[in-house]
Amino acid sequence: MKQALRMLARDWRAGELRVLAGALVIAVAAITSVAFFADRIAQGLARDAHQLLGADLVMVADKPWPGETAALLERAGVQRAEGINFISMASAKESQLAGVKAVTENYPLRGRLRIAPAPGAPDAPAERGPAPGTVWLEERLVSALDAPVGARVKLGRAEFQVAAVITLEPERSTSFFNIAPRLMMHIADVPATGLIQTGSRVSYYLYAAGTAPQIKALQSSIRLERGQRIDTLETGRPEVRSAIERAERFLGLTALLAAILAGVAVALGARRFVERHLDGCAVMRCLGATQAQLLRLYGLEFLVLGLAACAAGCAIGYVAQEVIAAAVAEVIRAELPAPRLLPAVQGFLVGLVLLLGFALPPLVQLKNVPAVRVIRRESGATKTGTLAAYAAGFGSLCALLVWQAGDLKLGFTVVGGFAAAVLVFFLVAWVLLKLLTHQRCIALVRNKMLRYGLANLRRHARGNAVQIASLALGLTAVLLLTFTRNDLVEAWRRSAPPDAPNRFLIGVQPEQLEPLQAFFAAHKVPVPDLYPMVRGRVVARNGTPVSEADYTEERAKRLVEREFNMSYMKDLPGHNTVVAGRWFDPGAREISVEQGIAERLGWKLGDELTWQVGSERFTVRISSLRKLRWDSMKVNFFVVTPPAVMEGFPASFISAFRLEQGSEPIISELATRFPNMTVIDAAAAVRQAQGVIDQLINAVQFVFLFALVAGLLVLYSALVATEDERRREAAVMRVYGASRAQVTGTQRAEFLAMGVIAGILATIGAAVIGQVLARRVFELDLPPSLALWIAGPLAGIALLSLNAWLSSRKVLRASPAITLRESV
Amino acid sequence: MKSGTNDLVILREIDLEVTHGEAVAVVGASGSGKSTLLALLAGLDTATSGAVELDGQDFLSLDEDRRAELRGRTVGFVFQSFQLLPSLTALENVMLPLELGNDSAAETRAKSILTRVGLAERLQHYPKHLSGGEQQRVALARAFAVQPKLLLADEPTGSLDAEAGAEIIRLLFEMNREYGTTLVLVTHDESLAARCGRVVRLAGGKIVR
Repeated sequence: MKQALRMLARDWRAGELRVLAGALVIAVAAITSVAFFADRIAQGLARDAHQLLGADLVMVADKPWPGETAALLERAGVQRAEGINFISMASAKESQLAGVKAVTENYPLRGRLRIAPAPGAPDAPAERGPAPGTVWLEERLVSALDAPVGARVKLGRAEFQVAAVITLEPERSTSFFNIAPRLMMHIADVPATGLIQTGSRVSYYLYAAGTAPQIKALQSSIRLERGQRIDTLETGRPEVRSAIERAERFLGLTALLAAILAGVAVALGARRFVERHLDGCAVMRCLGATQAQLLRLYGLEFLVLGLAACAAGCAIGYVAQEVIAAAVAEVIRAELPAPRLLPAVQGFLVGLVLLLGFALPPLVQLKNVPAVRVIRRESGATKTGTLAAYAAGFGSLCALLVWQAGDLKLGFTVVGGFAAAVLVFFLVAWVLLKLLTHQRCIALVRNKMLRYGLANLRRHARGNAVQIASLALGLTAVLLLTFTRNDLVEAWRRSAPPDAPNRFLIGVQPEQLEPLQAFFAAHKVPVPDLYPMVRGRVVARNGTPVSEADYTEERAKRLVEREFNMSYMKDLPGHNTVVAGRWFDPGAREISVEQGIAERLGWKLGDELTWQVGSERFTVRISSLRKLRWDSMKVNFFVVTPPAVMEGFPASFISAFRLEQGSEPIISELATRFPNMTVIDAAAAVRQAQGVIDQLINAVQFVFLFALVAGLLVLYSALVATEDERRREAAVMRVYGASRAQVTGTQRAEFLAMGVIAGILATIGAAVIGQVLARRVFELDLPPSLALWIAGPLAGIALLSLNAWLSSRKVLRASPAITLRESV
Repeated sequence: MKSGTNDLVILREIDLEVTHGEAVAVVGASGSGKSTLLALLAGLDTATSGAVELDGQDFLSLDEDRRAELRGRTVGFVFQSFQLLPSLTALENVMLPLELGNDSAAETRAKSILTRVGLAERLQHYPKHLSGGEQQRVALARAFAVQPKLLLADEPTGSLDAEAGAEIIRLLFEMNREYGTTLVLVTHDESLAARCGRVVRLAGGKIVR
């Protein structure tokens, strides 16, 4: 052990282990930073679960709960509270969209509301919810409406007195997208506002609290119908969870990328270590060291190194998670508990698997080195074909990464994609090298230096292909994290045109159409298109009943479960294009469906869909699939029928229009004239969503840094991997009379060819991954980036030229005699 | 000796006995089998037929690890290309065989023997900062550190200039006498060979005289 430690100290001093250790530290830091953070979120969710729900069991429906459900709760002997949630305009001096929550006085059953007499004043727990005739406002709303405690606020047709400022509301403590600030009122006041009408999106809540067996019994006795769901501790706040989970998964994937790249760097570093220690091992064998002794010695040395690197990685990961948590603090809006130790264990596992999987196979070669190498150097050279040896390591790493991804398909996609990329890079590089350095090809080259360089490339075709593949891999990661990421962000920013509508108007009743158009005309605002909106649910496809159980995908389930916003119209709107079938005739019993949703739900052209609106049903045939431009910010509908199909159903109207800066007072006037309508400030909503996304990007970017460093480490270790051999070759050339210029020229030619190949491969890799990300994840069109195509190959050439320059300087500085003597 | 699929006979009909305290020079042209003979004597290689005994032990009956152990106890090496570990200092290079043999006084011994070869001032230097002659002196110190019964030297002056070479030879013979070591020296240099008690001449894989 002492000896192993001494060896470690010596090898460390000699700088042989730094890349290897650096790669391990990065891998462990990346994995643990994300794992620590995820652990804190998980703990926070578990701790706040009761409070998050405001009860033990929450039942949500898009229609009022029938009396029998209330009776069911009564019989179960649990406490009960009720709530209604909807979005509406509130106005005092100013107007502002508010997230209205109307509750019974005993809300919440679990956790406490906290209120204050004025913004910024010390708060206290509230004994009960708002009294009838009063409202409580979130601080943001107080300032937006300019309505302090005591002021009057108009909501629909009714007026209320502001009684308190809400400082903490259980259900919103970790709400992800707080688009509309909270207004809380008494449930008995809702009818007076007249806000709940055809077409309004309203959620009806039933809260229950009791003993665990009571809740369990209650839960199993409830029969849910379409449009109803239950939130419990396990499923609580699904939207919050899914958003955070998605962010966590994204962070996790980035960490995985860093870990895999680090694995490559470890493998390259270990190989170099072994190549440099072959002679030493042979000498030690010569001096009487047994194989077991050597294995123990180097095994221990690496183990100690690995443990130290893991510890350092965990420490960095711990600090990093603090940074991530700080970056998303506003999104999470809750105090997170301190992380536990488990993620550190995970980090150590990843680190040790990386080390054992990628460093052990070459290390085992060390013990097998024949002692006779001291006399005959050529014996016991490292075998390049140790693929089988790495397979075990790669396998265990894959298993670990799939476990880490927490999703079999996702994990395998990433790992498989990575492996495929390596293989493709290697094969392409190898074939290109073979072609480029074919006798006939070389014969065409006049320049002597270039010819020598190419000949050199041919001689080490396989080794060079490995090096090019590693280089391309590292470079792909770097390009992806710099150019492609920026392109994606830019494409996303550009996707909303500057003249796009910035206000949505919803809840317009049929009898208000004419007065509204007159209102717009009077204020010299172009009268916007008003689209009818009918809420309906799909009940059958081709005669077979449709249920959410038919789908596995979460989004598909939700789509089928919820009511669709449907519309009817004669002509195809300008921002829609028919991609399959043909646009219907006004009198036909047909329907046009958005392409993406048809794909998601498995609907085909010609399918017969049965819909239910209110209590009526109708069946229509899909006659066209449309593509929408969501980013146009215009009104879009997933499903559209000809007027004849739905004209008779109760409908409300919806519109989108552009309000120029300075015209905001119109909104207040609109809210006063038509209190039941709701104007949504799309720009503000987008800004707010963007703020949240920016925070997440910051967090992800930080983890990207790890991946970037890992990529650079791969680059570096790929470059130094063949340095020794190149130095020897250069020395031999000089011995035989090559001038300095000739030596550098040859090396430059060789590196230039490799740089071009690696750069182009990396560029293609980054471009392909970028397109996949843009299409599949962000649903954006990413135009090919000229900058990337210039920068990629240039980066490859620049990197290898720099390397060529550095290494030829080293070679030229050292006398060839010394270089050769050292390497005999 | 076997090489690949073809039997390549490098040494044949070798019958050589070296007794305790003897100094033997092995000379011969390139490819005459000198290095192979040395490798066999050290147990670095095994012969396809025949027997090699060291200190009463038959190498053929030992596995590679046991041979290594025996080697560590009884044999010291000096190579043409020094074979110092580049990541270790001069002192550490000399300590290495002692440490492998679990000698608790490794450092003291290594220091004293490095002083003996005149490198007391160079203990903490790395091989690349030492001249060729100095490197070979470190190698000599390493070879004698374990007080081997047999010292095998493969062209010890082959990489050195005449002056440094002469110095190494002087030290080699001096220390050989001091430690009472048996010496087998492979060389091209007839004058060097002449300083040994016996000269074995190899040609075409056979002992010719």
